[in-house]
Amino acid sequence: MSITLSKAAIFEAQAEKATSWRNRLLALPALVIIGIFGVLPLLIICVYSFLQAAPYGGVQWKFSTDAYLNFLFQRDIFDDTLQFTPDFLIIYLRSFLFAVVTTVICLLLGFPTAYFMATRPPAQRNWWVLLITIPFWSNLLVRTLAIMFIIRDEGLINNALMGLGLIEKPITMLYTNFAIQLGLLYSFLPFMILPLYSSLEKLDFRLVEAANDLYATRRQVLWRVIIPLSLPGIIAGCLLVFIPALGAYVTPLILGGGIHLMIGDLIAQQFGSGRNWPLGCAQALILMAAVLVALYFYVRNTSGKIQHG
Amino acid sequence: MADPRTIDIKDQPGFRSIAILCLCVLYVPILILMIFSFNTGSLVTHWEGVGFGWYGSALLNEEFHRAAQNTLIISTSATIISTIVATLAAIGMTRVKPWRGLPAAFMVINLPLVVPEIITAVATLSFFALIAGAFGLNFGIGNLILAHTVFCIPFAYMPIRARLEDMDLTLEAAAADLYATPWHAFRRITLPLLVPGIMSGAALAFIVSFDDFTITQLVAGPGQTTLPLYIWNQIRRPMTPEINAISTILLLVSILFVSVSFLIARRRAK
Repeated sequence: MSITLSKAAIFEAQAEKATSWRNRLLALPALVIIGIFGVLPLLIICVYSFLQAAPYGGVQWKFSTDAYLNFLFQRDIFDDTLQFTPDFLIIYLRSFLFAVVTTVICLLLGFPTAYFMATRPPAQRNWWVLLITIPFWSNLLVRTLAIMFIIRDEGLINNALMGLGLIEKPITMLYTNFAIQLGLLYSFLPFMILPLYSSLEKLDFRLVEAANDLYATRRQVLWRVIIPLSLPGIIAGCLLVFIPALGAYVTPLILGGGIHLMIGDLIAQQFGSGRNWPLGCAQALILMAAVLVALYFYVRNTSGKIQHG
Repeated sequence: MADPRTIDIKDQPGFRSIAILCLCVLYVPILILMIFSFNTGSLVTHWEGVGFGWYGSALLNEEFHRAAQNTLIISTSATIISTIVATLAAIGMTRVKPWRGLPAAFMVINLPLVVPEIITAVATLSFFALIAGAFGLNFGIGNLILAHTVFCIPFAYMPIRARLEDMDLTLEAAAADLYATPWHAFRRITLPLLVPGIMSGAALAFIVSFDDFTITQLVAGPGQTTLPLYIWNQIRRPMTPEINAISTILLLVSILFVSVSFLIARRRAK
């Protein structure tokens, strides 16, 4: 009896193993497509960043570290010495600053919004989620264009202010740092609200009640109960805003007008008018490194949370 | 749901106003953009009267037709391919015993979400330039379809996987106990339950492909203008409300697909 049982168990285990193996293969097509057209291209730009630029775009297959040197230095035309040129570095630092400011303001606006949404009755909550989800998935180019129409010299704000007689000349807002900052905030606000909401929605409000029963003030409840409990959502939201804001391309392209560059435009420029693909690849990889650092902190923080929990 | 909590305790002062402010900030610009698409005047910011003239001129425009056609070809193909492979991958990665490569496979699927778009764009451009140079391979519009498929996969994958994880495994076990072959159990039990997840995933894949600008702009060859690229070309010319009309059409398509995906997900939750 016991023998037949264990035989059956073995048979079942074997069958399960076979299905398990077959099922693993199901992931293959997706992995192959992303592997060839997603991962391989990243490896190619790693190689390209160590090659020489061809005069009309593309690369020459000669090893060179010029791309990385050019990131910080410029070769003097007369005496061939390397001059420290921080132009690119400044653009990177500026983009970093833009991304940080965007993340902080989005958090300050997004957290109260997400909390308010999570405390609505379920029916109302669904409407709020849909209303935030729509801009989340709407065309970024079109949304940026909408901002442009408002802040142009002959745009709505200037027209209104001049109509009211408050100003005589339009205030220049388009193609300034302000325009880029505004555009980034507008673009990425939903990216902050949604992850915060999904974290706050799961919050056990009995804890809020308990804190309240123990004479905690509203502010104390917020800072000592709600915010610590929603920390994973806060970190996820910050990451979802910071990474795309750091690599933003459309926003500075349209609202910065090619005057105030961010990393995204800088990289694209090397593949267009700049005709220096290796430099563009090196710049892209340096951006990727920054993103990986941000992700590393995210993974470290969240895995720490799980262990403690 | 008799809920004894009072709303009172949970409320934080000022949060309501910030929430309403956020909603206004998000919607006022796009609503203004939409309103001006009905302007009869030829200025983007000066109102003259209500009319549908710019929709007419947009819809009759040859370039717009070509761009719309390209967009539909690319988005539909990318959606179909990515949804199929994402469905297979989701099954292959949830209905298995955990194995060593699983976290790595999961990372690969999600890679397009973590890499900034501009990096994917230049990497894809370099890749296609390389295979064109080295092997003379150029898939024409297929280049764009492949590029779009890559970043559509994770978007299609997420809702399908979520649906598979929520699913009651006892149903599949019951089918197996009743001598259903694995294929039968999948075809008659798993797949019908999975359909909402697949549709939701397909809707998301379609939106991200339909709206993509950055990657398309860098990878597109001559004559491969999509609707977002068409809008970009228009921005650099003197603008008329025709651009508002086209933008409005794009927004409405996004809103339609988001709502569909959202409603499917909501029904699941009930």
